[in-house]
Amino acid sequence: MERLTSCWNCGKNTEQIHFCGSCSSLQPPATNYYDFFGFEHRLNLDPAALEDRFYRLSRRLHPDVYFRRSAREQQFSLDATAILNDGYRTLKNPISRAEYLLKEKGITASENGRQPPPELLEEVFELNEMLEELRQGDDSLRPQLEEAEQRFLKLRDEIDCRLQVEFELYDASGDRSRLLEVRSLLSRRRYIRNLIEEVERELVGA
Amino acid sequence: MSGLYQIDFGKPERVVGIDLGTTNSLAAFMDLTHPQVIPDAGGERLVPSLVSMAESGEMVVGNAARPLLIEHPERSVYSVKRLMGRGAADVGEEAALFPFRIAPESESVIRIELGERRFTPPEISALVLRQLKSNAEAYFNQPVNKAVITVPAYFNDAQRQATKDAGRIAGLDVLRLVNEPTAAALAYGLDKREEGTVAVYDLGGGTFDISILKLKDGIFEVLATNGDTHLGGDDIDNLLIRIALEDIQSEWGEDVAGSGEAVQRLRQAVIGAKERLSFAPFADIVFEYRGRQYRRRLERELFERLIAGIVDRTLGPCRACLKDAGLTPERIDEVVLVGGSTRIPLVRRAVETLFRARPHTELNPDEVVALGAAIQAGILSGEVEGKLLLDVTPLSLGIETMGGAVEKIILRNSTIPASATQTFTTAVDGQTNVLIHVLQGERELARDCRSLARFDLKGIEPLPAGMPRIEVRFLIDANGILNVTARDARTGKEQTVEVKPTYGLTDAQVEAMIDESIDHAEEDFQARQLMEARVQADHILAAVEKARQHDAYYGLSELEKQQIQDAVNQLMLAYHSDDYLLIRAQIDHLNGVTMKLAETMMNEAVRGALKGTRI
Repeated sequence: MERLTSCWNCGKNTEQIHFCGSCSSLQPPATNYYDFFGFEHRLNLDPAALEDRFYRLSRRLHPDVYFRRSAREQQFSLDATAILNDGYRTLKNPISRAEYLLKEKGITASENGRQPPPELLEEVFELNEMLEELRQGDDSLRPQLEEAEQRFLKLRDEIDCRLQVEFELYDASGDRSRLLEVRSLLSRRRYIRNLIEEVERELVGA
Repeated sequence: MSGLYQIDFGKPERVVGIDLGTTNSLAAFMDLTHPQVIPDAGGERLVPSLVSMAESGEMVVGNAARPLLIEHPERSVYSVKRLMGRGAADVGEEAALFPFRIAPESESVIRIELGERRFTPPEISALVLRQLKSNAEAYFNQPVNKAVITVPAYFNDAQRQATKDAGRIAGLDVLRLVNEPTAAALAYGLDKREEGTVAVYDLGGGTFDISILKLKDGIFEVLATNGDTHLGGDDIDNLLIRIALEDIQSEWGEDVAGSGEAVQRLRQAVIGAKERLSFAPFADIVFEYRGRQYRRRLERELFERLIAGIVDRTLGPCRACLKDAGLTPERIDEVVLVGGSTRIPLVRRAVETLFRARPHTELNPDEVVALGAAIQAGILSGEVEGKLLLDVTPLSLGIETMGGAVEKIILRNSTIPASATQTFTTAVDGQTNVLIHVLQGERELARDCRSLARFDLKGIEPLPAGMPRIEVRFLIDANGILNVTARDARTGKEQTVEVKPTYGLTDAQVEAMIDESIDHAEEDFQARQLMEARVQADHILAAVEKARQHDAYYGLSELEKQQIQDAVNQLMLAYHSDDYLLIRAQIDHLNGVTMKLAETMMNEAVRGALKGTRI
């Protein structure tokens, strides 16, 4: 983590995030979202606590508050608020939060997101045929497609449940193998989400 | 500025809030606890966003330009906000309805021809801003150099940049651009309720915005915004004008569409009828031109059928905004209406039906945005505490990738400031620069999005292809404007980025316009002196009028009364001249001849006070 150990303003060593412990001037921001918010690096996060922290930090860091301060602090405030907002967006959503934590732990997203999970191969093949026919103007397949969409939505919900279980197991144990499981669930989920989006686009557009 | 104002260090610097509107503009300030509109010397609160070039070449702004719009429509500009940050191709057929001409070389910045001169939209807007600035200076009797200016929430980067440029050209340090619906929410003070969800529907002269906000303990967090920067009351006017023109042609057997004067007269006639229809079941469009009269009664029912399509165009963005905010209409606690066009009953009904809530209309829809801007100015200056706006970027930001596709790096409705970092490399050995094409919009292909700028990363160390690693940081600031910085990831060295905006002015062009506006500072000085002299004249004329009701006045001789009347007449004649020295001389003269009257009144007041009786 690239954090200054001594304050740019008073020169004293500071261990605190955001503000100097001695002179309370704004410090260059921490770049890790978990550290920035002051949360443990966990997969589960209480949304209410996150929102509360977001509002609290916004009040203290936002550029509106630094208008009459030094150019340096104004720059820190802008950088810090950008990280605050980017981090809030990332951590608020469980999926992007998990992706972020995996990346942080050096587990890169697998390319499997483009490949259909083996057990879905047949169904995806069928779906693509239906979509093609719909594009050609055959509206009679609409009910079948809507049915397929419902099936995929249900599948996605199942994955979300399993993710939730894995999140809890990882948070309790810190076991890296759990993260690998999370990765494979995420890539399945990504694939299914793409399918749902495609079906929705065709159903609306047609 | 020297000599005009006494610099008084005891006075705090004023930061004003400005609503730079399509039809009207106005400024407001924080008066201790409440925002207040700043009127001009004559007490007018709105400055029409109208600029005309008089025959003398002098630029006339606001109400004073109204007669010129009829006399010399080809030298007058209105609704310039619709041209901000746009190129000629964007304006298309709408240009035909404008009385002014757009110069041929207007691809990236529109150039408006007035007489021999050419103006860009930011320069025209700067004239309106300058008028507001000098009104505020006369009002406070101190210089005003800082402002918060509002923009439609759905304005893209180029339109925001153009607004900021206009401020700079007008000599204003633009501390912040605030989105109009967010400003309105601030003015309504809806944060008094601890928690809630508010929709702000803003239909103005030329733009439409919808924003959904979450309010909690003084924080105004925008959840989503949507809109159309080319939809507003102007479209209703243009529709009515087209219909009336056809009607006139069949009635008179003459097409008057080619006459700028006729079209402007007709424009005023249909606007008048449109406004009356908000309160009456019918209204007459009365148009007189070259001794002939056209009169057409318009029932509200027909009017509503005519404009239904325009009102409907606002509903799609409203639904999209709800979807982006992840809310159903029932979840909206309150709805706020902003913009003059929301006075139309059909618009109110449409909003009420969609959100299933009776909208707030307590504040004047023409003023509410400026009042909110003044509150934001107060937040920045530290006068207002406990409130914070968290706004979003209305459009996704993307970069063009191989094959003309767009990779989105900051999604729409992200809270700003927002940032994204991307690493770029070279494709050819020894390549020393990389060009990045940045776009805004939701579509998949670059050609369907709005080109924002090309950023040229220069001075890359010549290395084998793929070796250099240039980290580029895209940051959308609190104004919604993109800033790009780059550094060499291997050396950590800052990298030069040259910006080529697709639409809009380069920094050098803006600087040149600022210089030019300083050249006109002498004229501005005259204008300000004139305005101040008129304010002074207003005061003394009002005082004399009041004194004439006083007993002391009846004690004067006929000759003395006659002298006062003559002096009043002379001042009134001087009042409408351009000669501020003459106005001042007449003020002094009137002061002189009323001296005795003032003394008598004073004495009587003292006597009255001593006797303890009321005077």
